[in-house]
Amino acid sequence: MSKTESFLFVVGATHHTAPLEWREKLALNPTALPKLEQKLGDLTGLQEYAILNTCNRVEFYGVAETDATLDQLRAVFCEHQEIEVDAFVAKQLCKIDSDAIHHLGAVSAGLESQLVGENEIFGQVKDAYAAAQKTQRVGPTLHKVFQKTFQAAKQVRTHTGISEGQVSVANVSVDLATTIFGDLSDARILLAGAGEIGEQAAKAFRSRGATDLTVSSRTADNAMQLAQALDGRALPFETLADHLSQFDVIVCATAAPGSILSSPAVAKAMRQRPAAPLFLIDLALPRDIDAAVAKIDNVYLYNLDDLAAISEENKSARMAEITKARDMIAAKAHHLWENLQRRREASN
Amino acid sequence: MTDREWIWIAAACYLVGVVIGTIALIRHRKQPAGSIYLIIAIGFVLQTVGLYVRGLEVGGCPLGNHFELFQFTAWSATSLYLVVGATFRLSLLGYFTSLLSLVLSLVSLSIPAWDATRRSDVFGGNVWIEFHAALALFSYGVFALLALTSTMFLLRNYSLKHKQLSGAFAFLPSIRDLDTISLRLLNVGVALLSASLLVGSAHWLRAIDSVDFLKLVTTVAIWFAYGAAFILRRKGKLYGKNLSWACIGLFIAALLSLYFVNSSRRGDALPPVPPSVQP
Repeated sequence: MSKTESFLFVVGATHHTAPLEWREKLALNPTALPKLEQKLGDLTGLQEYAILNTCNRVEFYGVAETDATLDQLRAVFCEHQEIEVDAFVAKQLCKIDSDAIHHLGAVSAGLESQLVGENEIFGQVKDAYAAAQKTQRVGPTLHKVFQKTFQAAKQVRTHTGISEGQVSVANVSVDLATTIFGDLSDARILLAGAGEIGEQAAKAFRSRGATDLTVSSRTADNAMQLAQALDGRALPFETLADHLSQFDVIVCATAAPGSILSSPAVAKAMRQRPAAPLFLIDLALPRDIDAAVAKIDNVYLYNLDDLAAISEENKSARMAEITKARDMIAAKAHHLWENLQRRREASN
Repeated sequence: MTDREWIWIAAACYLVGVVIGTIALIRHRKQPAGSIYLIIAIGFVLQTVGLYVRGLEVGGCPLGNHFELFQFTAWSATSLYLVVGATFRLSLLGYFTSLLSLVLSLVSLSIPAWDATRRSDVFGGNVWIEFHAALALFSYGVFALLALTSTMFLLRNYSLKHKQLSGAFAFLPSIRDLDTISLRLLNVGVALLSASLLVGSAHWLRAIDSVDFLKLVTTVAIWFAYGAAFILRRKGKLYGKNLSWACIGLFIAALLSLYFVNSSRRGDALPPVPPSVQP
């Protein structure tokens, strides 16, 4: 790469280029950021720049006059982070002109995220741009690039399904619960079994707004411990069948050799709450819940195979959407780059 | 423009809503709820203008023939959707509402015989009878929307029971949301129909011969059936899938009853039929 006229660039490191221990070294401390910005402001060849600093990436977007400017930026950054420039270069991501635009588009749309399609990154890019604007580090080129990129990222999210469809069994279960109950904040959830899978499911429910969690395990101590960890309650396993009607979602993940929820027991519970739906999730092998339960009205039973099938479906649907999103971003980036080129030629 | 022309344009708006919704469904995309809501709102305004023009022509609430009854029912359902849709944001309800309004509009517009006889001053200048009829028809609009949410409930229940969650099923609201809104619609519909019958009965008691026996029996039977569904739901005896089927069946019965009740109505002063509606 050897540039003789000003060019657009992105330089930094991401979870694709650097392992976690390196990203820890590269992560910018917000309190020390003004000092770095001051040093970067002294670089005369750095016409515009913005810093994107998240847990998975540190990226500098900007317009540099020459290659030397970019080298100076690397040197300033490495000095600030107290790392060797050569070591950073070995882990760096560096793209220029249309590739830089394309990269920003892909990042904003969530295509470069660890969990592809996540929404948080869009807000983080917007914050990075707003911060750069506030300190007047953004000029006409970056302004246009960011604005157009935001539009493109929004379009991608609107016209593709990259954010849809969970792939982990725990999250698929929670998604299913929302199709039954909508808001989970008042759903009463019972976790039968205090193993790892059940715990993951309980945490997934908790992360999506569920507040009423009860744990029941054949080993009372395990139930107590997990209930405490989840800020929930413990229920003696022997009394589980008597309390079924009090719950909206029951996650079964015990190591019991046979079923722990029989069809008559669930039917009896439903007679006490006939109009309220009951969602049963069987994550155990061998199964904890009698399959005949699925025939009861207002009862929805999903076992591991069902959840795995949904997860697979979501995965393939998401892959197709990712391809579509990448094509959209590539086309938008190409169009924007041509626009910038024309503007540059006109100003010359 | 004539009343029917306004209503044709309103039906065209509902058609646009259906087309947009269908395209979104086929492409497995979220319903463009805002666009559909706006189109339905425009259709509703146009339909209101059409019914208003007709009201001026017949000198009262236009409830004198099959065409007017079906139009008023569609109008009631649409007006209610505009309130419910904005409050509850039930995805797909806009699509189903535009579909229902389109079907009711097209059926009533495409059968000229339904609009061949126009009764003027059909309520004999009695505002309470007019109020009774309008209230009853509005409750039918509520029941129309209830039939739609019940249909959506059945689809959602089917998708969950049969593990068919992708495609169009992915955009259905949750079971609990649908149950909640259906219950509220049932409450409102039964309350409106009861109020309507209360107002009507005050008149009937003063002039028992003034009401056709078939109309009386049919209307009371519909009210009784919805009332029974309401009580059974409250007691937890009729719920979920069975309640949804009951609400759909009752709405079909209510629509059929409209046809028979109106057919049995005695003749009144008839204005000349405009050429636009002659077969």
